[in-house]
Amino acid sequence: MSDALLQIRNLRIEATSYPPGEAPRDVVLVDDVSVSVEKGRVLGLIGESGAGKSTIGLSSMAYGRGGVRLTGGTITLNGRDIRLADARALRALRGREVTYVAQSAAAAFNPAIRLMDQVVETCLAHKIMGRAEAEARAVMLFGRLGLPDPETFGKRYPHQVSGGQLQRAMTAMALCPKPDLVIFDEPTTALDVTTQIEVLAAIKEAIRDTGVAALYITHDLAVVAQVADDILVLRHGKRIEYGTTEQIITAPNEPYTQALVSVRSIEHVEKADAPAVLQIQNVTARYKGTNFDVLKNITLDLPAGQTLAVVGESGSGKSTLARVITGLLPPGQGRIRFAGRDLAPDLAARSRDDLREVQMIYQMADTAMNPRQTVGTIIGRPLEFYFGLKGAEKRKRIQDLLDQIEMGSGFIDRYPAELSGGQKQRVCIARALAAKPKLIICDEVTSALDPLVADGILKLLLALQAAEGVAYLFITHDLATVRAIADRIAVMYRGEVRRYGTKTDVLAPPFDDYTELLLSSVPEMKMGWLEGVLDSRKMEAAGN
Amino acid sequence: MHPVLTLVVQRIALGLLLLLAVSAVIFLGVAALPGDTAQAILGQSATPQALANLRAEMGLDQPALTRYFQWLGGVLTGDLGTSISNRTDIAAAIGQRLGNTLFLAGWAAVISVPLAILLGLVAARYNGRWPDKLISGATLSAISLPEFVVGYLILYFLAVKWQLFPSVAMVFPGMGMMERLNAVILPVIVLVLVVLAHMMRMTRAAILNVMQSAYIETAELKGLSPMQVIWRHAFPNAIAPVVNVVMLNLAYLVVGVVVVEVVFVYPGMGQYLVDHVAKRDLPVVQAVGLIFAAVYIGLNILADVISILANPRLRHPK
Amino acid sequence: MRIPISALMGMFFTGAFFLAAIFAPLLAPYGMAEVVGGVWDPASSTHLMGTDAIGRDLLSRMIYGGQTTIFVASVATILSFTLGSVLGFSAAVAGGYVDQGLSRMVDLVMAIPALILALVILSVLPVTLTVLILVMGLLDATRVFRLARAVAVDITVMDYVEAARLRGEGWAWIIFREILPNALSPLVAELGLRFIFAVLFISTLSFLGLGVQPPLADWGGIVKENASGLVYGIPAALIPAFAIAALAISVNLVADWVLSRTTSLKGGRG
Repeated sequence: MSDALLQIRNLRIEATSYPPGEAPRDVVLVDDVSVSVEKGRVLGLIGESGAGKSTIGLSSMAYGRGGVRLTGGTITLNGRDIRLADARALRALRGREVTYVAQSAAAAFNPAIRLMDQVVETCLAHKIMGRAEAEARAVMLFGRLGLPDPETFGKRYPHQVSGGQLQRAMTAMALCPKPDLVIFDEPTTALDVTTQIEVLAAIKEAIRDTGVAALYITHDLAVVAQVADDILVLRHGKRIEYGTTEQIITAPNEPYTQALVSVRSIEHVEKADAPAVLQIQNVTARYKGTNFDVLKNITLDLPAGQTLAVVGESGSGKSTLARVITGLLPPGQGRIRFAGRDLAPDLAARSRDDLREVQMIYQMADTAMNPRQTVGTIIGRPLEFYFGLKGAEKRKRIQDLLDQIEMGSGFIDRYPAELSGGQKQRVCIARALAAKPKLIICDEVTSALDPLVADGILKLLLALQAAEGVAYLFITHDLATVRAIADRIAVMYRGEVRRYGTKTDVLAPPFDDYTELLLSSVPEMKMGWLEGVLDSRKMEAAGN
Repeated sequence: MHPVLTLVVQRIALGLLLLLAVSAVIFLGVAALPGDTAQAILGQSATPQALANLRAEMGLDQPALTRYFQWLGGVLTGDLGTSISNRTDIAAAIGQRLGNTLFLAGWAAVISVPLAILLGLVAARYNGRWPDKLISGATLSAISLPEFVVGYLILYFLAVKWQLFPSVAMVFPGMGMMERLNAVILPVIVLVLVVLAHMMRMTRAAILNVMQSAYIETAELKGLSPMQVIWRHAFPNAIAPVVNVVMLNLAYLVVGVVVVEVVFVYPGMGQYLVDHVAKRDLPVVQAVGLIFAAVYIGLNILADVISILANPRLRHPK
Repeated sequence: MRIPISALMGMFFTGAFFLAAIFAPLLAPYGMAEVVGGVWDPASSTHLMGTDAIGRDLLSRMIYGGQTTIFVASVATILSFTLGSVLGFSAAVAGGYVDQGLSRMVDLVMAIPALILALVILSVLPVTLTVLILVMGLLDATRVFRLARAVAVDITVMDYVEAARLRGEGWAWIIFREILPNALSPLVAELGLRFIFAVLFISTLSFLGLGVQPPLADWGGIVKENASGLVYGIPAALIPAFAIAALAISVNLVADWVLSRTTSLKGGRG
């Protein structure tokens, strides 16, 4: 234990929360957590939002974000307790012994300063090396992290490079002063899946080459399994399980860890073909005031009572497709047939039945519900608006819907702010169901949720489809979700459909280049996956 | 042309267009209001003949649009017309007074801007602690006072009770610089107090806003000292918002100066404007109103141009 | 819910000022225009604040003056709020040409300092209470418009408003049921600030001699009437000056508290 670089014992972290209109109160963010990192090893911290993993990560620099206070335990770094160290001592260790890679590099870089000046700043401020040496090291790191034109890359400003490049530059900035420990705080979460694998590989290689120790914080067990030697599972600020990566993902002891490992293993057998409820025919669309098509000649069918998953990364046009179907963005060309009739291009020209039969569920349930309306009003409005239900009859139907989404009738008078993330999304599902639709468009409905909660929502959606015969157009960037729910799949890239067909056909070779890249980039819950993918890509590149 | 230069030129052109529109509002908008200028000047007992004579003399018998373009042409060539009440040339009367007003407002600006930025920095640095609470409390009171109240409080205590400074700000041509400064010291103090509160509060907010950015946390986690964080990371990003705040409040001096000149009987543009509103001397009111509006718009353009120049995204496009 | 002491004090004094304004005839010991003493008599048991420049009871004039100031400011604020928020919401919901037209018009009016524009207008129109209220209300409506539009635009981009549009809801439901309940708290906080601005504005106009005309009096006018005494060391003009400040600070304390409980933008003055 004595050669541990970082040793945290019985750490307790508190903060004061200020709920509007109530007296401030203290909340415990981290409770009695102990962990240690040895030289040259990588520890993964994993947990859902609110698990306290970022808070623990920053505590290893004795830094509390906002009003966060480190109220108990010891934090030993390089043999001395830093929890109560004074400001001068903390400044001396931050940047020299420990550095930090933030989730959003776009916000963490100063927009007014060139990248090179920011990357070498720590070396100069701590007099670790001279400017020439620091810049040479930065160029070396840029090259090793796979950044284009490493010699000149540093001359650019943050807004002049892409998100994936910025995240790698942040890693270079953290490694430049030769620290003992780097904290990676969800460094790939904000990236597209094909970018994520590149950044992940670059980070892993850089850690190995420099021999630095690291704390790798993430909510995605499959990601952390690729880089960490050991894993600590956290929940609600408490330690759940600690072990080697192999033990955690192959033989987890705790039920919570087991659930995390087996998440997204829903088996869904695709349904037999059926007549189409929705036909998108040669649709082309662009936004007002722009001069390029966001959707290019899209043709897709969705059989009644089935699920069409539209998969793509940011900028693929998948959300624009939803706007065209709902009539928010009239297409430039093409037509949309729904239940045997043409849908008017513009929302304003559609009949009430057209509107009723196509419903929508959003990614952020928070902003999809009016915070000043109760659950009863939110679900009851479509009943009143489309079917004229009133009074006891309406209330009875609201209660039925609440039962269907597995929430009790006790929720009827609650406001959205009183619900958890998963409950909010369930209420949005009930609001869509209330209209008795033939089609529900689900726009990234699970991507803002923690994995276990997302799993519950997917199961609910499948059960509702079986019971109500409603079709889903399921927009997502996440291929694991697609496997769990789709009958048909359309892969979109830059406004075009690259691949379309039944799930079995789309997910079976031979692939086109993009689909193969996309499929192989989705992290799998096994050790050595990353190396396997990279090796096979290298071999293919050599073969060509 | 560099894209930033294009933006700057566009902004200036837009400002000039706005100024043209404002001149139309001041002239045509006023012409469209109900109310007979000739009747207002001569009173209810005026004979129809006298009214007709006055209308002809003022050109009121011509269409408003024709008069507007004549007036605009005059303004552009430096001819602001003739006063109705005392038949003097407006441009000549304004010349001296404009200098006096700029002298007053200039000193107020020179003192208040650095002071406001300094106090704003201090309040932001000690956010939530006693220096911040003290400064914020004092400025909250100052914001709640109209300019003439501040003026009379200062006048009563500094000039009358303690007899430190002259109570009337008399200036005349040929006065020496020190004499002149001594004469305007009270109105300058009042103007400083009036703009300081707003400027300081907004500076504080602008700096706090920058200090909450993620890149400030990055700088702190690099182990930089508070001064390095503020100087290297906060300052370059705070320039644009702070300059905006400063310009906005200097523009506000335009209003403050009108009232303060009346309080201290100072022979400037504001006093001139108020006198002639009471006399319903429309040509004077329109000319002075346009000058005030031009200064106001000019400062706003300047603020926008500096913001454009300080924005790294615009200076270094992709 | 705990109300901070400063907000409580603000509420108490604001309430006291409004009550005094409403019950002015019952409270004032003398008539407003009644000459009852000498020129600038000092405070005494018969005249608690002394007398003014022509021997009228200053306390009585203060009470009646407060009535005028508060009345004019209140009506102007109601006018600016109704007009500004209705137009601001409409511009946000309608978008397109309606929004462009209204916004550019407001930009134009706001490009001229409010006091200067008011002086230009008042040099043509007869200075009556109605005209003053209309001019102040219309000029200030531009500021309320900006705030209401900004708040409403933030709300209209929310998914729940899109959900209502997709459901096929009409404008009335969207404005009154989706937007208004969420825009209310920043607007209420702004109401206090706009009222203060109206008080300062009417006082300034009256002080310049271009506001409330004799024989009616308001606080700004009383300052003007008694200002010449200051040079002789007679502080009568400072009493209405303090009253204006006290009213403005009281309302400010309440508005600051309401603001701190909501998130909103403060409207500027000028």
